[in-house]
Amino acid sequence: MSKQTQDTRRPVRPKIQVENPGALIGRLLGYIGKKYLVQCIIVVLCIFVSVFAMVQSTLFTKTLIDDYITPLLLSEAPDFAPLAAAIIQVGIFCACGIIAALVQQLVLVYLTQGTLRNLRDDLFAHMQKLPIRYFDTHSHGDIMSIYTNDIDTLRQMISQSLPQMLNSVISIVSVLASMLVLNLPLTMVSLVMVAVMVLCSKKLVGLSGTYFLKQQRDIGAVNGYIEEMMDGQKVVKVFCHEEQAKADFKILNDQLFDSAYNANRFANSFFPVVIQLGNLSYVVCAVVGGIMALSGFWGFTLGGLVSFLTFNRSLNSPIGQISQQLNSVVMALAGADRIFRLLDEEEEQDEGTVSLVNARFRQDGVLAECEERTGLWAWKVVHSDGSVEYIQLKGDVTFDHVDFGYVPEKIVLHDISMYATPGQKIAFVGSTGAGKTTITNLINRFYDIQDGKIRYDGVNINKIRKGDLRRSLGMVLQDTHLFTGTVMENIRFGRLDATDEECIAAAQLANADGFIRRLPDGYDTVLTGDGANLSQGQRQLLSIARAAVADPPVLILDEATSSIDTRTEKIVQDGMDALMTGRTTFVIAHRLSTIRNSDCIMVLEQGRIIERGSHEQLLEEQGRYYQLYTGNKPADQKKD
Amino acid sequence: MIKTLMKQIGEFKRDSLLTPVFMVLEVVMETIIPLLMASIIDDGVEKGDIRHIYMMGAVMVVMAVIGLIAGVGGGTFGARASAGFARNLRQAMYDNIQTFSFASIDKFSTASLITRLTTDVTNVQMAYQMILRMCVRAPVSMVCAMVMAFFLSPELASVYLIAVVVLAVVLAVIMRRATIYFQQAFPKYDDMNASVQENISGIRVVKAYVREKFETSRFMTASRNIFNIFVKAERQLVITFPLMFATVYACILTLSWLGAKLIVQSGQTALTTGELTSLLSYCMSILMSLMMLAMVFVMITMSIASARRIAEVLNEKSELKDPDDPIYEVPDGSIRFDHVSFRYNQSSEKPVLHDIDLDIRAGETVGIVGGTGSGKTSLVNLISRLYDVSEGAIYVGGHDVRSYDMEALRNQVSVVLQKNVLFSGSVLENLRWGDENATREECVRACQLSCADEFISKMPDGYDSHVERGGANLSGGQRQRLCIARALLKKPRVLILDDSTSAVDTATDARIRTALSTQLADTTRIIIAQRISSVQAADRIIVMDDGTISGIGTHEELLEHNEIYRSVYESQTQGGGDFDEHGGDD
Repeated sequence: MSKQTQDTRRPVRPKIQVENPGALIGRLLGYIGKKYLVQCIIVVLCIFVSVFAMVQSTLFTKTLIDDYITPLLLSEAPDFAPLAAAIIQVGIFCACGIIAALVQQLVLVYLTQGTLRNLRDDLFAHMQKLPIRYFDTHSHGDIMSIYTNDIDTLRQMISQSLPQMLNSVISIVSVLASMLVLNLPLTMVSLVMVAVMVLCSKKLVGLSGTYFLKQQRDIGAVNGYIEEMMDGQKVVKVFCHEEQAKADFKILNDQLFDSAYNANRFANSFFPVVIQLGNLSYVVCAVVGGIMALSGFWGFTLGGLVSFLTFNRSLNSPIGQISQQLNSVVMALAGADRIFRLLDEEEEQDEGTVSLVNARFRQDGVLAECEERTGLWAWKVVHSDGSVEYIQLKGDVTFDHVDFGYVPEKIVLHDISMYATPGQKIAFVGSTGAGKTTITNLINRFYDIQDGKIRYDGVNINKIRKGDLRRSLGMVLQDTHLFTGTVMENIRFGRLDATDEECIAAAQLANADGFIRRLPDGYDTVLTGDGANLSQGQRQLLSIARAAVADPPVLILDEATSSIDTRTEKIVQDGMDALMTGRTTFVIAHRLSTIRNSDCIMVLEQGRIIERGSHEQLLEEQGRYYQLYTGNKPADQKKD
Repeated sequence: MIKTLMKQIGEFKRDSLLTPVFMVLEVVMETIIPLLMASIIDDGVEKGDIRHIYMMGAVMVVMAVIGLIAGVGGGTFGARASAGFARNLRQAMYDNIQTFSFASIDKFSTASLITRLTTDVTNVQMAYQMILRMCVRAPVSMVCAMVMAFFLSPELASVYLIAVVVLAVVLAVIMRRATIYFQQAFPKYDDMNASVQENISGIRVVKAYVREKFETSRFMTASRNIFNIFVKAERQLVITFPLMFATVYACILTLSWLGAKLIVQSGQTALTTGELTSLLSYCMSILMSLMMLAMVFVMITMSIASARRIAEVLNEKSELKDPDDPIYEVPDGSIRFDHVSFRYNQSSEKPVLHDIDLDIRAGETVGIVGGTGSGKTSLVNLISRLYDVSEGAIYVGGHDVRSYDMEALRNQVSVVLQKNVLFSGSVLENLRWGDENATREECVRACQLSCADEFISKMPDGYDSHVERGGANLSGGQRQRLCIARALLKKPRVLILDDSTSAVDTATDARIRTALSTQLADTTRIIIAQRISSVQAADRIIVMDDGTISGIGTHEELLEHNEIYRSVYESQTQGGGDFDEHGGDD
């Protein structure tokens, strides 16, 4: 597994070399064949037909001269009718070849694009099901390059390289067969030359492969450096660091030039080397064959040698073509390897059975399931005996001696116990890395705990279906993420069936309505590039609106207002407090004004809750919270 | 545009010229070798002349070696020229980006600059290599074959001429149509990839809102559209190969018929059988060359968009110019705004800053507060001339900022930007951005002032500890303190902190402020903050509102007279500090 922890200036790119190319090709063909078996067969048949037509047309030259022109030259009154018939016959073969080529190309377009589409769809659908952990351990750039580079090289391979190679192999086999019939020893000579070609190609593939690998790494290094420097371009300007930046870039850029030059140099040399070796093979065969024919060895005739040499010549170009395709095949296989590896990643497991349903109290006061949205929800628990129990969703969250570590060896949260009752506002404070965000990621099961229990309205969250669990929790995350689409669509992301009015109401609640209306097209303004045209504060307001429209029973705000000025924050907070009356809110913030009115404040340090209580209680305790709040250090903790 | 790019070929002109030369040599060999082959058969094998076979064989080996040298040479020079061209393009763009003003950086956006430097350059590199290796080779090969064909039999060769013209016209039509489709397809393809990118980076949001299925179905719609549009585009090209085959076959058959007749009727005088064989063998090479040209043409059209985007970067000129006779020394830290108005975009109606008049004495501490978008950052960015004012003038140390050498000005007016960036490298390396000749002691001193020393000295390797890209292994507050230290090392006349202590806890923030005011008493300090406590002690506080100054005064004065200030203050009330950070220090 490629972990992203290495020196980031030189990201380690996945290798070009593939461990088991045979199995990989098999799997790839299997994948294509699953959906496009008929098309594959058609393509293969078409290739056979067009190779046949090609062979017919090349052989015809000899027939033309030997069987028609030579006799005609000798005859007194030349009759061209048989020749015309022969030409028409070959013409029909050719027509078949042309049609086959057309069908092949047409089917290939659908087959290639269809396979790419299936791959993309499968990749995307599968990616959506992967656990968060996958995204933690794989760089986003690497995942992205699967969708772009790897799929692109695969297109080249499916639409060009594979049919081309099949074509070449059929040609080679048929030519070799014809050669064998003509003369065994001479075929051996030819084969020796072919072996030399293969060896040379292999050497060149190896050389260029090494440099392609290096090139790939250097590209990674250059891209990484560019990304880092472009991100900090304004800092570069402020510190007048331009000259240094140019010099640093030059080093990496020169390295890339070197590997790109060498990689392409050897790749470009394939074709001439193979072709000229082919010419050499022709000469050797002509000489050896000439000696054999003249000495009458094995009954080999001059006519036979002429045919043999023609075949030898037509062996050249398919071998040359294969050698040309080799590089793109190797690159494409490396891509296919990465694609399948992503598809093989284990999906997020969901063994939960408890589901979330809309509910209402019947006349007799019993909670019952209903279709429409009532603002009331219930957990539907189906017991093993088939009986169904409805538990009203209140937002009651308890942590019972919870331990957690991102890796089992390193526990980051120790023995966390807490109790949040409906309507309470629970705040987490503590330094960076104390585990605040981690706790909230456990409630929605982005990660699973190692030990202890988390209960939601008394139900163990492991028993709740993940989708339903998350639907019941509104989250506003530390990093805002907006999606390409209109402002309205981005707010509606919170709840797909929300009306325009509901979305606008949510925006008003989040105090986002004002700036949205000032955007060029108001709520219909299209946001692109993660809302690049909005300020960080505005993006936060939008993500709050998105959570507000979801109208969840439990809300988790992770540094949700950190970039909003305190006056605006106050307005937003009042709105949120009104929305969350009677519901549970978890707040993470480093700004005190955000958390002061919480019912309970948990002070976290190094994965443990070290203090808890209301603002006033904690101040009275004169502990860590007091120290953070007032900026004064208690006497016994003096340091620095 | 072409001219701009051509300039970057630079030292690879020689390679760029040699490539086609070698390719032509290879073509010549390619044309001669079939003749030798024919001669081996006709004059050697057929006549049983083994010595002729030896001789022609030897000649052919020599030709093959020359062909090999030419082919490998062409490949090598082509690779060198194109890789070198790409290198120069990247370097030239990168160098030019370094001269960009802030306005240009804003205009292009980071993401688009990255694509231009990477993907676009690769596209152009591939196209350039293609052009060098094929653009001369293919026509020459075609002409060679054509000439040989005409030499053998002008009547029959005219069949080729007709075929080539017909094929060229049809290919041109096909390519034209396909290009239009491809030009529509590629932006859509980029859009789809952008949406994948969004989903990867926003996966937590997707999962938190249980939108996996929704996003997948959205993606599938996009993916289906891509499928449709690419199938449509590629269907345009489907006909090319069969068409090419059809032409080849038609030529072969026509030549066979006409050739046979000609030979028989003239009794081998107008044309011999050997000549007919050679004629037929040129068929392939003529039509192949045409095909090659068509492919090069497609590649060029596809890379033109990339070339244009590269040229845009290369042609971008900074609108900020150093004056002819610049001043290199900022005499003191006084700052004066004289009726300054500023807009980021000349066409935008409402200015970001409107008619600002302001006088700051040297050594004064000035705080700036105001809501999001009130123009605080824009105001300070004008001081070090990161942007030029639209109207009015700004004077630093009594001189107009436009009369200074820009580098000198920026070195003496030190800004700690809101979006702070650290670079991968050691702590010391990052600090020395401020002053590359700073001694270790000076760096430590600066860090002590910015309260960064206390956490750096606790890092495993102290000042030699590795900082990851963007300072990813440091907390927000630690990054900010390091950035302040970096700015201090410039020993500036004016120090501007743009919301630079927002992630630092209240107590440390206070200590930094005290250190700065005692140790850098002569330096003018401008502090932008969200937190009133950060500016409370300043000599004067400026309250910004909607691009204008709503009030200036001390904390007490503003509390009394300025409503905005009062309401900001009340929203934070007493201590009102921030958490975070402190834990890391103990």
